[in-house]
Amino acid sequence: MRPSFSIILFTTLSGAGYGLWFAIGILLALGLYPTGRGGLLVALAVGLVLSSSGLLCSVAHLGKPLRAWRALSQWRSSWLSREGIAALACVPLVLLLAARAHHSHDFPKIRIAGFLLAAMAMLVVFCTARIYTSLRTVDAWHNRRVLPGFLLLAIETGALWFWVLLTFRTTSVTEAEPVDNLPVAWMLVVGAAVISAGWNKRSYWKSIDNAASTSDMQSATGLGKLGTVHSLEQPHTEANYLTHEMGFVLARRHAMRLRTTCLYLLLAIPLLMVGASCLLPFTQPVAASVALVSAMLGVFIERWMFFAEAKHKVMLYYGARSGASAESE
Amino acid sequence: MTSLPSPGTRKLGLVIDLDTRVGCHACAVACKEWNDGGAFGPLPDKNPYGAEPSGVWFNRVHSYHVQGLVEPQATACGSPAAGVSSSPAVRSEDPGIAVHFPRSCLHCETPACVTVCPTGASYKRAEDGIVLVDEDKCIGCQLCAWACPYGAREFSEKRGVMQKCTLCVDRIYNETLDPADRQPACVMACPTRARHFGDLGDADSDISKLVAERDGYALMPELGYQPVNRYLPPRPRQIARAEPADAAQENLDPAKLSPLLRWVDRLLSR
Repeated sequence: MRPSFSIILFTTLSGAGYGLWFAIGILLALGLYPTGRGGLLVALAVGLVLSSSGLLCSVAHLGKPLRAWRALSQWRSSWLSREGIAALACVPLVLLLAARAHHSHDFPKIRIAGFLLAAMAMLVVFCTARIYTSLRTVDAWHNRRVLPGFLLLAIETGALWFWVLLTFRTTSVTEAEPVDNLPVAWMLVVGAAVISAGWNKRSYWKSIDNAASTSDMQSATGLGKLGTVHSLEQPHTEANYLTHEMGFVLARRHAMRLRTTCLYLLLAIPLLMVGASCLLPFTQPVAASVALVSAMLGVFIERWMFFAEAKHKVMLYYGARSGASAESE
Repeated sequence: MTSLPSPGTRKLGLVIDLDTRVGCHACAVACKEWNDGGAFGPLPDKNPYGAEPSGVWFNRVHSYHVQGLVEPQATACGSPAAGVSSSPAVRSEDPGIAVHFPRSCLHCETPACVTVCPTGASYKRAEDGIVLVDEDKCIGCQLCAWACPYGAREFSEKRGVMQKCTLCVDRIYNETLDPADRQPACVMACPTRARHFGDLGDADSDISKLVAERDGYALMPELGYQPVNRYLPPRPRQIARAEPADAAQENLDPAKLSPLLRWVDRLLSR
């Protein structure tokens, strides 16, 4: 599949935004959110910028962007429609929390709203992932590791964004205010998210490499029952929409190198940074920022590969070989 | 509404005979021409006279080389119903045949391209099962093209919306046309009558009988979209006799010929 820049940017940025809202919502629901109104407002706003810039990128992908509102109508059958509705439903919750957040966040209503925000934020990412996992035409997407992968990467990047916000807030706090030990606990959360997301990616790649394709040129043309089939001629001399959109080869050729890069950025560097700031607490703001940039870059590459490595079944008509998605062509 | 209608009894579709196809692409060209001016057109190309023209075609004809489609030696002169040989010895000398394979929308009974559509632009008609795109509602997100394994939907860069085969819905119900012309343009154009149009939901229709008689099959049934269109398999071919050896090397004893033929041989050998 052709890795469309707008969709990759959308899923990377909005994934981080909803992950950040998830982190905020969970902490509010548990009554663990650090006190101080400013911190919450900034964190909610960063989430809003991330998620809405992602949504704007996705609108740029459309052939008719001005009709984008129509995409909210088919929630009964379409995951894309459900995603749009869930994304919009987060906004009033965020505005409500921003308006009602006082010095102390420990009111039942705030806790309930926090829980709802966390649930809605994950619902958006869930819908995004279901858009892909529901397509039986792309074996690499119709895979049970894809959905947890989307959720874990959103949580990882969201947790890293929150870590950065947390470290910058605590360093600017006056000595008079008691510095809570949330950052230390949060580093453990970050570490757990980083490890599980990295583990998920590894097992996903292993799984798509070993998976047998459900279709091949023989079943696509139905001629396999009669004999062996080879593509003789394409319908046209020029490339067309289908070969351009579904026939992307570059990533599979460089898959191994890209996957290694991805794991360094998503797993190794963020873990190293968590370790560094545990041992040397004064490095925390720098370490958190490095970890965040690295992970965002990692998700961007991971998402690029998620599209670029995936094979669409229509290419079977154009003579593509079936089987492992990483095979060279 | 992109939820699917409850299954109707009428299932209009095409039956494509892979035995008689000649690969002339007339169906593809006739389709492009009709639909460029039809109710769902135009079908403008990007860069139409440039080096790399591109544009939407509802129907594209692939060509495949198929080996193994031969009659068993014992029945080489037998009936067309003769089975397909799978003997490796036969296959090794089988030159294979070219199968010209048109690919267009199969008007599936449970099409994922319809249910993934977020806007309701994609729909399946309850009354005859035709899958259509309402180009006034389509936002061009292209998710339906991803959902279709048959490549039936293409994005028009010039128009910003998805376009696909309409089964010539603007011809088949068109009362200004002669009743004999109320068929899809591709069916009308086919010089070998390899394309047939009709109701595949009706077991007594001509094309349903044709499918039953010729063992028509659906494409990629394993994906579960239940295509309506059917393809009729090419009939087994006889393998051509071994190439005659070079005439000069064939044995000929002029002494055994009649005097007249011996004279002809001498005359022609000069």
